[in-house]
Amino acid sequence: MFLKEYFGTIYKSVKSLLIGMKVTGYYFTHLKEIQTEEYPDNRATLKMFDRFKGEVVMPHDENNEHRCTGCQACEIACPNGTIKIITKQEILADGKKKKRIDTFVYRLDLCTMCNLCVVACPSDAIVMAQNFEHSVYDKKQLKKILNNPDSKLMAGVE
Amino acid sequence: MRGLIGEDILTEEGEFIINMGPQHPSTHGVLHLKIWLDGETVKRIQPNLGYIHRSIEKMSESLSYRNFIFATSRMDYLAAHVNNEACALTVEKGLQLEVPQRAKVIRTILSELTRLQSHQLWWGCTGLDLGGVTPFFYAFREREAIMEIFEETCGARLTQNYMVPGGIMYDVHPNFQKRVKDVMIQIKGKFEEYDNIMTGNVILENRLKGVGYLSKEDALSYGVTGPTARASGLSCDLRKSNPYSAYDQVQFDEILDTGGDCYARYMVRMREMRQSVSIIEQLIDNIPEGDFQAKTKNVIKLPKGEFYQRVETPRGELGVFIVSDGAASPYRIKYRSPGFSNLSALPIMAKGGKIGDLVAIMATIDLVIPDIDR
Amino acid sequence: MRIFLSYSFSALATFIHSFLAGLISNGMFLLVTEMVITGVSLIVFLVLLCFFLGYMERRVAAFMEIRLGPNRVGPQGTLQIVADTVKLLFKEGLTPDSSDKFLFNLAPFIMVVASMLVVAPIAFAKDFQLYDINIGVLYVSAVSSISVIGILMAGWSSNNKYSLLGAMRSGAQIVSYELSVGLSLISIVILSGSLSLGDIVKSQENGWWIIKGHIPIIISFVIFVIASTAEINRAPFDLAEADQELTGGFHTEYAGMKFAMFLLSEYINLFVVSAIAATLFLGGWMPFHIGGLVSFNHIMDYIPSSLWFFGKTFFVIFIIMWFRWTFPRLRVDQLLTLEWKYLLPISMVNVIFVTVMAIMGWHL
Repeated sequence: MFLKEYFGTIYKSVKSLLIGMKVTGYYFTHLKEIQTEEYPDNRATLKMFDRFKGEVVMPHDENNEHRCTGCQACEIACPNGTIKIITKQEILADGKKKKRIDTFVYRLDLCTMCNLCVVACPSDAIVMAQNFEHSVYDKKQLKKILNNPDSKLMAGVE
Repeated sequence: MRGLIGEDILTEEGEFIINMGPQHPSTHGVLHLKIWLDGETVKRIQPNLGYIHRSIEKMSESLSYRNFIFATSRMDYLAAHVNNEACALTVEKGLQLEVPQRAKVIRTILSELTRLQSHQLWWGCTGLDLGGVTPFFYAFREREAIMEIFEETCGARLTQNYMVPGGIMYDVHPNFQKRVKDVMIQIKGKFEEYDNIMTGNVILENRLKGVGYLSKEDALSYGVTGPTARASGLSCDLRKSNPYSAYDQVQFDEILDTGGDCYARYMVRMREMRQSVSIIEQLIDNIPEGDFQAKTKNVIKLPKGEFYQRVETPRGELGVFIVSDGAASPYRIKYRSPGFSNLSALPIMAKGGKIGDLVAIMATIDLVIPDIDR
Repeated sequence: MRIFLSYSFSALATFIHSFLAGLISNGMFLLVTEMVITGVSLIVFLVLLCFFLGYMERRVAAFMEIRLGPNRVGPQGTLQIVADTVKLLFKEGLTPDSSDKFLFNLAPFIMVVASMLVVAPIAFAKDFQLYDINIGVLYVSAVSSISVIGILMAGWSSNNKYSLLGAMRSGAQIVSYELSVGLSLISIVILSGSLSLGDIVKSQENGWWIIKGHIPIIISFVIFVIASTAEINRAPFDLAEADQELTGGFHTEYAGMKFAMFLLSEYINLFVVSAIAATLFLGGWMPFHIGGLVSFNHIMDYIPSSLWFFGKTFFVIFIIMWFRWTFPRLRVDQLLTLEWKYLLPISMVNVIFVTVMAIMGWHL
């Protein structure tokens, strides 16, 4: 009885170990199962998902016009103080004074990509870009100004 | 009682102290365990916390009710969806807001996907802690597929911040249903492989069986929740007892085991993965049409009072307690995180075991240190 | 040129010997020169072999773990291990302040020397053996257990509790598993009737022992592979290192080239153990012969003997690597249970079976 139990244990143990070895052996002989993505090599074909939150950008059209009215809704919505909007008074053609953005400061080093600013924006001026290669040698380069120099507010956006 | 923090514990004859962590391969982060050893036998353990404290609770007090949710993604980073959901549910409770059915179902699916990927990572890490490196990579293959669902729909893989008060931030991606179905088929096919390489393995069975026993009474008195408590026979699945979101619309079993040892905890999680798959399969074809977010005011203000909501994370019960004084940001926030209570039972589980047992116990209670420290 | 084409290493050795004898007339000096040449070429060979084993291990591990493994440095990543060695060379070899500095620095050398010594009686090819010592098997089992002194020395002198725990585990482990290894070796000695490795290989001229010896020899082969995996501290028996428990065990405090020495000795040990298994059970350099089939045996002889030897050795190495990348680690008490409750009784009974088989002449 004891011997039966003893050899039963050995049989079961060896069997379970061999089953485990079969799994690894299968993958050793089936190299097409390899999951590795060779990242820097596949850069040309690597496409992130449309919604991937890489960084906040402000799209400009071909006339160098953006949609940001300087309402600061994003600045309020941001939990980390990532966004800072500096406004200026601009005299329009009809002589009226209007608030326009001077600089849209975005600090990538503080950003947690929570998307709250994009959701908060009433005029869809900022969107999330899919770029994810953010590493730089100097921390100062992470402080970005999103509006292009000499850019204007798009007509019709208020 | 000896072993309380701050109390001076003397080293007895023949004992010596080892400091496991804060940088140790198997403490899964910056947990520091002070271990009194007699040879290889663990006599006492004193967990030492605070190495990754970021004061998320205090930080939240200066943020608005819309903003404070993002930080909870960093609490239990393997269950960001569930953490976010807990906060959103609490705010909704305060506002007495009815969430659209569509949002509820999507929340449930995403929470279960979160549980699935968290358990898969746990499974891989258990293998890693016990010395087998290979399961880790098999687990990550399926986890990666789930991560792609998150990435496509929420835009992020780990810190999604997708749940907002009133529903979800934006509608799911058009590919969502198809992708989830594909992944479910893939995962169901791999469960057998998981069993072959780990569950049935005689070495793993010997390493886990009879190790780190936690009785039902101890689990109850230490406030242990989640799979760790359910393995001791303590019925504590909030999805069953206090259903939130769409959990009252699905059929699933609460996984209970009476073993109380590491193997029971292992098996509970393995079986829970199958239950999660079943929940997702029930819901994925029945996502109702409609709004994905209820209308909320621009500035959310909770009425004066105290609000508490608890959810079942992959590790146990997460409670969010908000004290509101009627302002636009919470007066006080307290998170009851599952990891903290589960860790408090570690000293009684590990007592008398070997160092190898301690590693196995830590693996099977599935510690996430940022969740413990916040 | 003819010498190299004949695949005969003995001809090469004779050629070098006669070449040197022409230059050096003093017999003693000639012997010393030849020994130095042999030693240097052996060390170079073993280091290159370890480079290859390191590369092989990474690739095998990667393929089993559905990864690619090293594939950047050099063609197919073959030079990755060289790059790692260069990195370790330039790294500072720290000596902890509170350690026993002499023993701390001595330990890695003892490990490497102990593992290199075992190579001496191994027959790499037909008539190509450093020293066919007449008690080869005894020598192998005796010298291979010296490495435990190196491990204990490293663990003790580091003055680190993790290191000490690792060293103590390793001590218990190697001393126990030595027994099963010895008993498995003895079963071959009983059958072949000689302790010399050269004779043991020659006794397999009409078939390898694993085929001739029926089930008892297969059992002792399996026990040998398991026990020697434990003896060289490889997973699933790597309790002395136990990354996840002891953060590296006995070599926690070692860095740079001193750490590389431990790695070197681990791979030499792996090679040695596999070579011994190949020699004793799988016929060493002996081609696959079936007693009686003269023409078949003749065809097999055309494959060089060194290829046979390395083919068998790498087969065993692959199996040991396969173990490592599949199984979780045992606990320290289970490790001893496995040895004292399973491997040792089985191999003892097995030796009796082998003895009966040898007396009755039941083997082929």
